[in-house]
Amino acid sequence: MGDVSGGVPPIVPFLHRDGAKPYLGGSRCEACGHVFVGERSVCAKCAARDKMKAVRLAETGKLYVYTVVKRSFPGVAVPFVDAIVDLDDGSHLKGTLEGVEPDPDHIKFNMRVKVAYREAQPVNSGGKPYLTYYFVPA
Amino acid sequence: MSDVYIVGVDMIRFGRFPDRTVPNLAAEAALLALDDAGLTIKDMQALFCGNLGQARGMIGQRMLAEIGQTGIPVTNVANACATGATAFRDGWMSIKAGVYDLVLAVGVEQMGKGLLGGGEGVSTEGVIGSGTMPAMFSHIGMEHTRMYGTTFAQFARVSVKNHWHSTMNPKSMYRKETPLQEVMAAEMIAYPNTKLMCSVNVDGSAAAVLASEKKVKQLGLMDRAVRVRASELSSNPFAERQLAMPDFSAATRLAAKNAYEQAGIGPQDINLVELHDCFATAEIVHYENLGLCADGDAGKLIDSGDTQLGGRVPVNVSGGLLSKGHPLGATGIANIYEVSTHLRGAAGERQVEGARLGLTHVVGGGPGMGSACAIHVLEKV
Repeated sequence: MGDVSGGVPPIVPFLHRDGAKPYLGGSRCEACGHVFVGERSVCAKCAARDKMKAVRLAETGKLYVYTVVKRSFPGVAVPFVDAIVDLDDGSHLKGTLEGVEPDPDHIKFNMRVKVAYREAQPVNSGGKPYLTYYFVPA
Repeated sequence: MSDVYIVGVDMIRFGRFPDRTVPNLAAEAALLALDDAGLTIKDMQALFCGNLGQARGMIGQRMLAEIGQTGIPVTNVANACATGATAFRDGWMSIKAGVYDLVLAVGVEQMGKGLLGGGEGVSTEGVIGSGTMPAMFSHIGMEHTRMYGTTFAQFARVSVKNHWHSTMNPKSMYRKETPLQEVMAAEMIAYPNTKLMCSVNVDGSAAAVLASEKKVKQLGLMDRAVRVRASELSSNPFAERQLAMPDFSAATRLAAKNAYEQAGIGPQDINLVELHDCFATAEIVHYENLGLCADGDAGKLIDSGDTQLGGRVPVNVSGGLLSKGHPLGATGIANIYEVSTHLRGAAGERQVEGARLGLTHVVGGGPGMGSACAIHVLEKV
């Protein structure tokens, strides 16, 4: 964990930087209006071609569903909350939800969350840091 | 187009066979199915072989090397958890098309223990949520909870039922009853799925001999035959949250609608179902996806006992993937074996009395991959 000032690589291709400020890249279909996480040239929903416009994804939203992961792959710290968030621009994003007890009694559907950024050391990275995003209660 | 019939079908008892090869496991099921039909590999005009883990390994050809290399065309098939059912369907299509009259379909898998996936390379696991199968299917259960208030205990009851069913199935990996308290108190893997609510990774194989109506009559096998009333395959249509959480419901609903239409029946006509209970949460959502109850009523359906042996529409009387085991490429044909056995009235202690129509369902895929769903409707002749 750490700040995001360095030039460490993003852990997913749709995570970008504008100067030092990270943001999540997305695409909005100008034919049907669907907002996708990540860049694409064809709409998977309506099949329109050349209608995708690059956008920056919203950084606030609400919790759609979650699970509390108690067993994961070797080397991964558990428990953690694996969340699906509906961002306010209509896109849908998976991520780890921090700042809540990893206990279903303490997590509410539709709770407001926001996107935050940090450096993390994923498993199998040999200690090398990567830029990532996560969710915290808003 | 000719009706297509199953004239031979069988599976090995699922288990762990680390000292055997995938072709060798496939060969055992193939010979069992051929024996069930009273035929030999020399009678087969084509082989459709499903395997996922060694999809590039020419498993079909290597299996023939163990049971007889007759030079027939081999199609090796990989399609996630629908692999075996897809191989079966390819065989069905070849007969429907009038190309062949008698073909063999085999599904086989050899698996490690523990969580699927993981492996080498930098992983987003834990950093960006989870990519494990239990987490993925827990989201699907939690979506049902969010919409309809389905409880942890209702999901757990699926596991109680299927483990009880498996005590009556000699081909099941596990044959042990698990009371509700035990299921709920087992190690939590990803809420609400405990260890006893996750399917068992095992090795296994299953096979079926398919024949045209003309061939069944010519061979005098109609008394052993099971009619394939519908065979459907779907990929995942666009789903709103598909990039964040893989969708298995839309693909299942699409295949189910088409299968009922093809068979000219409705869900109320089905006497038993083998559906894809890879996790206990999955069985609950598939009750609705397959039309066994109205949307929102799946929790009530498991509570009512209607889906257990003796109920209105028994589901997974084999023990299901939860207890019988889930060797990915074999599962689709093992389901077909189970339903066929009931339609033949040969299921012994777990027989669904008076079964005339049964449905099999498999659906698989993964994060960022999409999904494949196969549904078959089988009928007593």
